[in-house]
Parts: sequence; C-alpha cells; structure tokens
Amino acid sequence: MEFPILSLMLAVPLVAAIACLFLTASSARMVALFATLINLALGVILWLNYDIGGAQWQFTERAQLFAGFEYALGIDGIALMLIMLSVFLMPICILASWDGITKRVGEYMAAFLLMEVLMIGVFAAQDLFLFYIFFEAGLIPMYLIIGVWGGDNRIYASYKFFLYTLLGSVLMLIAMLWMVNEAGTSDIPTLMQYDFPVGAQLWLWLAFFASFAVKMPMWPVHTWLPDAHVQAPTAGSVILAGVLLKLGGYGFIRFSLPMFPDASADLAWLVFALSMVAVIYTSLVALVQHDMKKLIAYSSVAHMAIVMVGLFAFNVQGLEGAMMVMLGHGLVSGALFLCVGVIYDRLHTREIARYGGLSINMPKYALFFLLFTMASVGLPGTSNFVGEFLALAGIYKVSTFVTLVCTTGIILGAAYMLYLYRRVAFGEQRNADAAAMTDLNAREWAMLAPIAAAVLWMGVYPESFLAPMRQDIAALETRLASVAPQYDSELTVGTPKDHAANFVAASHEGEGEH
Amino acid sequence: MNGFIPYIVFLPLLAAIVAGLVNKSAPSVFAKSITTGALFISCALSWPIFLGFVSGSLSEEVVPVLTWVQSGALSFDWALRVDTLTAVMLVVITTVSALVHLYSWGYMEEDPDQPRFFAYLSLFTFAMLMLVTADNLVQMFFGWEGVGLASYLLIGFWFKKPSANAAAIKAFVVNRVGDLGFMLGIFGTFWVFGTVSIPEVLEAAPGMSGATIGFLGLRVHTMDVLCILLFIGAMGKSAQLGLHTWLPDAMEGPTPVSALIHAATMVTAGVFMVCRLSPMFETAPVALGMVTFIGAATCIFAATVGTTQWDIKRVIAYSTCSQLGYMFFAAGVGAYGAAMFHLFTHAFFKALLFLGAGSVIHAMHHEQDMRYYGALRKEIPFTFWAMLAGTLAITGVGIYHLGAGFAGFWSKDAILEVAYGRGTELGNFAFWMGTLAALLTSFYSWRLMFLTFWGKPRWADSHHIQHAVNAGHDEPDEHNPPKQEDAGQDVKHAVPSPHYDAGTAGYHPHESPISMLIPLGVLSVGAVLAGQVFAPTFLDDAAFWGQSIFYNEPLIHAMHNVPYLVKYAAFIVMLIGLFVAWLAYIKDTSIPGKAAEQLGPVYRFFYNKWYFDELYHYLFVVPAFWLGRQFWKLGDIGTIDRFGPNGVAWVIEKGSVGAKKFQTGYLYSYALVMLLGLVAAITWVLF
Repeated sequence: MEFPILSLMLAVPLVAAIACLFLTASSARMVALFATLINLALGVILWLNYDIGGAQWQFTERAQLFAGFEYALGIDGIALMLIMLSVFLMPICILASWDGITKRVGEYMAAFLLMEVLMIGVFAAQDLFLFYIFFEAGLIPMYLIIGVWGGDNRIYASYKFFLYTLLGSVLMLIAMLWMVNEAGTSDIPTLMQYDFPVGAQLWLWLAFFASFAVKMPMWPVHTWLPDAHVQAPTAGSVILAGVLLKLGGYGFIRFSLPMFPDASADLAWLVFALSMVAVIYTSLVALVQHDMKKLIAYSSVAHMAIVMVGLFAFNVQGLEGAMMVMLGHGLVSGALFLCVGVIYDRLHTREIARYGGLSINMPKYALFFLLFTMASVGLPGTSNFVGEFLALAGIYKVSTFVTLVCTTGIILGAAYMLYLYRRVAFGEQRNADAAAMTDLNAREWAMLAPIAAAVLWMGVYPESFLAPMRQDIAALETRLASVAPQYDSELTVGTPKDHAANFVAASHEGEGEH
Repeated sequence: MNGFIPYIVFLPLLAAIVAGLVNKSAPSVFAKSITTGALFISCALSWPIFLGFVSGSLSEEVVPVLTWVQSGALSFDWALRVDTLTAVMLVVITTVSALVHLYSWGYMEEDPDQPRFFAYLSLFTFAMLMLVTADNLVQMFFGWEGVGLASYLLIGFWFKKPSANAAAIKAFVVNRVGDLGFMLGIFGTFWVFGTVSIPEVLEAAPGMSGATIGFLGLRVHTMDVLCILLFIGAMGKSAQLGLHTWLPDAMEGPTPVSALIHAATMVTAGVFMVCRLSPMFETAPVALGMVTFIGAATCIFAATVGTTQWDIKRVIAYSTCSQLGYMFFAAGVGAYGAAMFHLFTHAFFKALLFLGAGSVIHAMHHEQDMRYYGALRKEIPFTFWAMLAGTLAITGVGIYHLGAGFAGFWSKDAILEVAYGRGTELGNFAFWMGTLAALLTSFYSWRLMFLTFWGKPRWADSHHIQHAVNAGHDEPDEHNPPKQEDAGQDVKHAVPSPHYDAGTAGYHPHESPISMLIPLGVLSVGAVLAGQVFAPTFLDDAAFWGQSIFYNEPLIHAMHNVPYLVKYAAFIVMLIGLFVAWLAYIKDTSIPGKAAEQLGPVYRFFYNKWYFDELYHYLFVVPAFWLGRQFWKLGDIGTIDRFGPNGVAWVIEKGSVGAKKFQTGYLYSYALVMLLGLVAAITWVLF
C-alpha cells in the first residue's frame, strides 16, 4: 500500500486545529502557520509524485466504514490542481490574519485549519457521501469566520450565506440518495461512468445545479457573495473567493457533466443564458460600487460566468479554459482581497473614495495592485488570460453569440478594474490619513510576492498546470462527445476563388473578372 | 544575424525590470543608462538584420523560445519570427525608441519619477517587439495588449492629473473594444483552420475563399467575417474612425511617449497586422472594402479636425490619425508594400514632429496652446529647422520629374497613385479623400509652423510663461491648457495682448539640451532621406518582401502608369494648402477669425471633433453607469434579495409567529387536536 499522503494532508491541519483551541494567541498563530506550511510542502510532494499520463486516479486510499459508506480518497489532475490552490493560499491566509485578528485567535486559527481539512477532503473524496460531508461541513467554519470575526453587519451576511448554500444542499442530498440506490454504489469514479436514465438525469442535474449554482455563484443566486465578502475578514474573503467558489465549478466538472451528460446538453441553454446575464449585469454593477470588496465580489460573479460557459462548451478548450480561469481567479481575486486587506488594516475602511494617490506613498503596494488588476482584466502573460482565452475559444465553437456577449466582459472588466485602480492608486492624495499610510511590510510582501510569481508563471508557462489535467479533461470530453451540441459556426467549404481580392489584370487596365 | 533576435527583444524587457525594481533606490541616472543602453544595443543589432533583408542576404527564420499553451488542437508557443516585414518594424521600433529614450534624458530632466518613466518606455518597446516578431496570432495579441498596458501607464504617467487618468482609462477601454474583435477573430480563425500559427493560416487561407460559416445566426463568407473581426482589432489600436477617440486624449502623456507610442510604433500595429495577414485579407473582398473605406474616411475626418485645433500636440495627433488612414486604404486596395513604406517614413517624420513639438513645449514652459506661440524661429532655431524638415516630409514636398523629394512625398504619393490605379470605385473614393486630406494636411501642418515659428510673439498671455517669469524658476508645472471655449472667443485670444512689450512678457525661450537635439537631428535625416533611399526597395522590389506580405505585381505596374495629373495631384494640393495657410496666418491674421465666424456650424463641428466624444458619452458611458445602478439597487437589492433570502426570512418569521400559536401549552387544546386527528385517521381507514 502506498503512503497515505492524502490522509496525512487531512490529519496535519486537523491536529493543528485541535491544538489551536488550547493555545495562546501567539502560539496558535505559529502552529497554524507551521501546519499550513507543512501541508504546502506535502502538496508539492503530491504534485511532484503525480504521474502525468498515468492512472486516472492516483494516491487512492480506501477503508470500508459501514453500510457501503466508504472512506475513499484519491485524486486526478483536476483535483490535484485545486488541492494545490488550497494549500498554496492557506499559509497566506494565516499571514493575512496575523495582526488583524486579535480576539479568539485560537478559535479563529482552528476554524481556518478545519476549513483546510474540509477543502482538501472535498477535492480528494472518492465516495459520494464522503464528498457530501466535506462539501457541506465546509459551510460551518466559513459561517463562523464571517459570523464571529466579521464586520458590523456580519450576522445578516452569515445567515444569508448559510441560507443560500444550504437550500441547494438538501436537494443535492436527495438526488445523491436516489443515485446510490439506482447505481448500487457511492463510488464516484464508478458513478462518473454510469449511464443514468435520460429522464432521471434532468431532475438529478437540476438538484445538483441548485447546490453548485449557489456555490459558483451564478446569477441570480449570487447576492450572498457581495455581503459575505464585505463582512468576512480579509483571510475569509481570500478563501471564499480563492477556493470555496471553485467548489461549484468542481461540482459541475466532477458530477453534473460526467454523470448527467444528456441533461447537461439539454440544459446548456440555461447555463448560457444565466452566464450571459451575469457577465453584463454583474460587470455593470461592479462599475458603480463604492466598496472595494463589493466591487471585487461582483467581478468574481462575472468571472465565474466565463467558467460556466467554458464548461458547457463540451470541448477540450472550454473545459481546460474553465479550469484555468478557476485557478487563475483563485489566485488573482484572493490577491485582490489581500490588497484590500492591506489598506483596510491601515485605515479601517473599504470606501474607495477614502483612498487616492497611493502610488505616491505606497509605490510597492501600487505595483502589486497593478499586477493583480491587470491579471483580473485578463492581460496576456498573466494567469487569467490563458483561462479566459481558452474558455471563450471553446464556446466560440458552440455559439458565436454567447462568445460575443461573454467577451464583452473583457471591455467591462477593464472599465471597472481600471476605474477602481485609478480611484485608489492614482490621483491626488485627498486624505491626510490615507497619504500617511506606510508601504508594504515584510509580512505583506510574503503574502503578495508568491501569488504574483504564481500569476506570472501561470500566464507565461501554463503547461505546468495544464499537463496534469490534460488526460482527465480528454476523458471528460470523450464522455461528453456523444452529446456535444450542434454548433452554429458550422463551416461549409466552397470552391476557392481564382483570384485574390485585389487582383489586377496585367494589362494595367480595369480589374479582374470576379 | 538573425541569432541576435532574442537579444533585441529581451534586452529592453530586462532593462525595464531592472530599472523598475531598482526604481528610486539608485540615482535615476542608473535606470536611464540601463534602459537607454539596452535600446541602443537593440537598435544596433536591428539595422544589420534590416539591411540584410534589403540586400537579400538574409531569409526568414523562426526562433523558438518556450511552449506557451497546448489545449487539444489549439497550441501556440512563444517564438520570435524574423522576416522582411518584421525587419522593417524592428528598425522602426528600435530606432525611434532608442532616440526617444535619449531625448527623454533632457525632456524629463526635472521629473522626480524618471526611473519609472524609463522602465515603462522599455517595457513598451519589449511588448512592441513581441508583437512584430509573433509567429502566431496569440503572441501577436500578447504584444498587442502589452503595448496597450504600456500605453495606459505612460498616458497616465502624471497620475495626479485627473485628465491624464481619464485619458489612460479611455485608451485602454476603447482599445479593448477593438480587442473584442481581435479575440473573436482569433477564435474563428482557430476553428476554421485548426491552428493559430500565422504562416499555416496564410497558406490555407486561399482554400477557404469560397467557404461560408455561421456567425450570430447568419451565414456569411468565412474569410470576410474573420478578417473584419481582426480588422476591428486593428481599428482600435490604430485609432481608426469610430475607435479613434482615445488617441487625441492620449496626448496627456509626456511628449516623448506621444512620439514613440502614439505616432511611430504602437498605433501602426493595426497596419502591421493587416499587412502581416495580407494573404488572408486578399481572400476577403468585403473586409478589404471595409479597410479601404474606413481608412479613407479616417484620413479625411482626422484632417478636418486637425485644421481647427489649437493644442500643438492635438494637431499632430489628428495628423497621425489621418496618416494611418492613408496606410489602411493603401492596404485595402492591395498595396501592402506602399502601406508599410508609409508606415516606415511616417515613423521618422512624425516622431520628428512630435519631438520637435516637445522641444517647443519644453522651451515654452509646458505651454501647448499655439495661440501663445509665435516668432519662435529665431529663439529655437535648431528645433525650427527640424520641424521644417518634418513638415516638408509630411506635406509630401517633392517633384516627380526630378525624382527627388522628402520622405512623405515618396510614400504618400505612391498611396494616392495606387488607389487611383486600382481602378475600382472604392479606390477612386480613397484617392479623392486622400487628395483632399493631403490638401488639409498641408494646411494644418503649415498652420502649425506659421503659428509657432512666424509672426509676432504672443506668449505674454500664457499662464505657463507668466508662472515661469514670476516664479523665476524652471520647475515644470502641471500643464494646464486653456479650456476649449467656443469659436469666437478662441480667435480673440489669438490677438496679442498689448500690455506686454512685443508679447514676450520679458520671457525668452531657450533651445533644448543636446540630448534632445541629437534625436531631432537624426530623425531629420530620416525625414529627408528615408523616402528617396528606400522607395525602390519598398515599392518595387518583390524579392525584398518575399513571402512576408502579399505582393501584387500588376497593381504596382498600374500604379506607375497613372496619368501625370494624378502623380502631381498631391503636389498641387500641397501648394494650395501652403498658400491658404500662408494667407491666413502670415498675410492677414484676421482671416481665421472671419472664416470661423462665416463657417459657424461647420467650424464648430470640426473643432468639436465631429462630437464623437459627446456621442459616446451619452451612448455608452452614461447608460453603463445608469444600468449598473439600476441592476444593483432595483435588481439585486430590490428584487433578488427582497423576494429571495429576505423574503424567505420574512416567511419563516411570520410562519413561526403562526406556529407559536399552536404551542399554547394548554392541555385541552392539545387534546382537541389529538381528538381531531384521531377522528380523521379513523375516517380515512374506514372509508
């Protein structure tokens, strides 16, 4: 039997979380940082040992528990990348909370570490019910993080968050019970190959959709996100935007698409319609926000809509693009929330108008913020470009109209992000207190620099990230091949013309005979 | 020689990173030296490549760098392509960039943020080089967006100024509208050809010339729709009519930036793209018709606006826009060599004009309004001669039968001739628009010269000059051009104020430092000679171009065989423009005021740039913010939240109030409910 590295990655933060509950504030911080760094190291080992092109499911662990309920772990390339994203962001979150959190530090760190356990568990689970437990339990620490350590209106935000996300879960659980009954197994890899009756697929798909669409979030069930972000502490926002939003996308790629391909194809129009609305609607809403976190939250909804259309393009480009947007957005939106946190820690306001001219007193901060702004806008050479480009290229094959509408996101995205950047970093220094803020300290450097490096790495050489997922995406495409939609950009090759358009007869007079 | 291409491209990047990261922790001379040094090395390495292609000793080559993306059938790598077309762009970019770096030593002397400025300049150069060396469409798009970023940063370089920030955002966002087209074009190209590699697409393009494809529910000619989408990208970058509004505002950036980015290099990227993809465009007659029409329309539109502006940089900006129109319609009628030739000569003389204007602005303490210039000929003679060379070049001074002329004569006349020689209606339209624009070009160029260098000094009324005289120091203040008022008032301002002696207010402009004069000198040589020396190569040498563009031999014959009247048309209208300018700005300076009054609405239409900015403001900007607010307040808060989570909460709250009533705690009410239940159950079982 292989070394149970996935279990170890679950155990390390779990043990640390329990320890944190009994420790003083300063030791809890150290333990949390140490544990998350160990998990990052384990993640790197995992990645290095992942055999690209090898078995689809690797590092599998299985233990029979009771009544067909299995403790089954294992990852494919898609899960690997999302686990990497989680373990990469975790130490940064701990650092981001280092000075900002002063009350109940031990519990706070425990909540974060528990969150890490559950996130890794979601991506590694191979059993349907195990997945469900990790998936839903993830709500609890996030609920606590917002509700206990959040802003002034944290109770409203946390209950909204809980209400929304729980609503879909109930339906998903019912669907899962039906599926296990029908297929006779709760093993996810088996279910991914199982052909459910076409008639039932529709209902199952909708039940899962209710849960994943909220998590994504898709318009119109997105309104919990801006409130949750605004009230959450910085690190909470980072995890929320960086990883929790990816649970929805992961759900679609792991469950909805491979398990209910026919329903996915039948309901693709719904996904496209909601995504098109989301891109335009939330981008415009982002344009008029006064609160930095709300602005970035709304931009997340628009970006996630690109993920959705990429997934439902049913081709390699769309699927890989969707995954790359998820990874890129995880880094970039996380980094943007950190950037907000850096100045929030100094001035204790998210009001955009209170800042201005930060390039003068915080040039290093302004540089990082610029990089992440540009990445969010999808500038080539940064992570988000690769994803958005591939996702939109994928959807072009299916529908030029959807592509056109979704690609307007690059215009609107540029508008709201540059407008934000201008109001924060450029212009005159309007407020004395904002002008007196100091530039990044060492801790903040340690938070932002690794993300910046990852964003550029993913933009310049995305092969490192695409390679592990290639085989799994190809398998999914094969699974979807039979239901791939008729595309509207169908090409009819005609007879080539004899002449170039500007053909001029050699007689120097007149033009060609076309 | 081609082996040097990675150094040419990556040295500026390296310099930009080093200069940017070191920033102010070293004296600014460090950043300046390292960036300028890198650019001069790049330039020195570029010319041998270009000359190698001129002499025919070099052939095309692609230097691979790194894998970029592989996603199913869609794969593209980082690679550096060198062929004739690239070589032309290499010398244009590196030469102008190196000179602009040098020029900025003097121009930006007093700026506290010099390292940042030089880092941006070098970063721009890198992105531009990536664009022109691209072997696939996506790397071209990388360069495309990279220059957009640098342009954004440099337009907004003086980031404390609201106008500069607004201009920077406008430039980026308007360009993104074009990029939308470019991206869709790349997607379409990929799905049609299965590749984004430029040589492979160009090779396969003729085979698709009869194909149709679905687009937005319509069935259209494949190549037309692809080329139109790509051309929309070119329109954004090259500020063609409709997407041009950002370019004049981009003049908020420091003048060296305007010379490098918004005259010589970045804005010509669209022309480069059309030429690079010329075999593809040649399969798309409708798209080419659009290129021709938009080019010709931009050419005349920008020229009309240029005749009425007072800001010296804006005049040159509109002139650039207009000249880009020439390049496009040249490409549209199939004369890609002529388009590239005009791009080449234009780079020299337009950079010269901008840097000359910068020298004037430097001398005049950041005053940019030509109404406050006058008689500068004797004050700054070197600048004057350089600007004169630039003006002679842009107005196309030259005589066909002598076979001699300034740079613009060779390239612009060739374009007009080829448009006429093409023999189509659109070609004729372009010819007439181009000729009319040539008249206006001559008028506004000489108007600029006369207002600036001739007449009497009028700078006493300038706030900038007053500030300089009163404060007695050389600190550059935020330039603050007078508000554009309505026409009548404008002209009154042009009359020198009587209060000051000879209108100088005791201020004497000084000639610029040597670092600014050297680039002016070098570019003057280019403006005078570039046409004469390279015309045969660019226009007539099919072997020079090789496979890098679509070379249309019969069309070039047709071009050479146009009537003499056509060949002299540009020269004649140039003389007319010169004469009118002389009449209005030297002979009788009251004419412009009277003419503006007489032409009232027309003048205001031109002066207000055909009201494009206002139109777009009310058509796009205002509705976007309005919709955003409505979606937020009425959509999210007013509907989704109200009926969603808040509604659910309300129902639960009310429901629990109702449910509470059942839990009274009284035994008799529970007993009653039990009894009722029991009766119901029995009823159900029995019947």
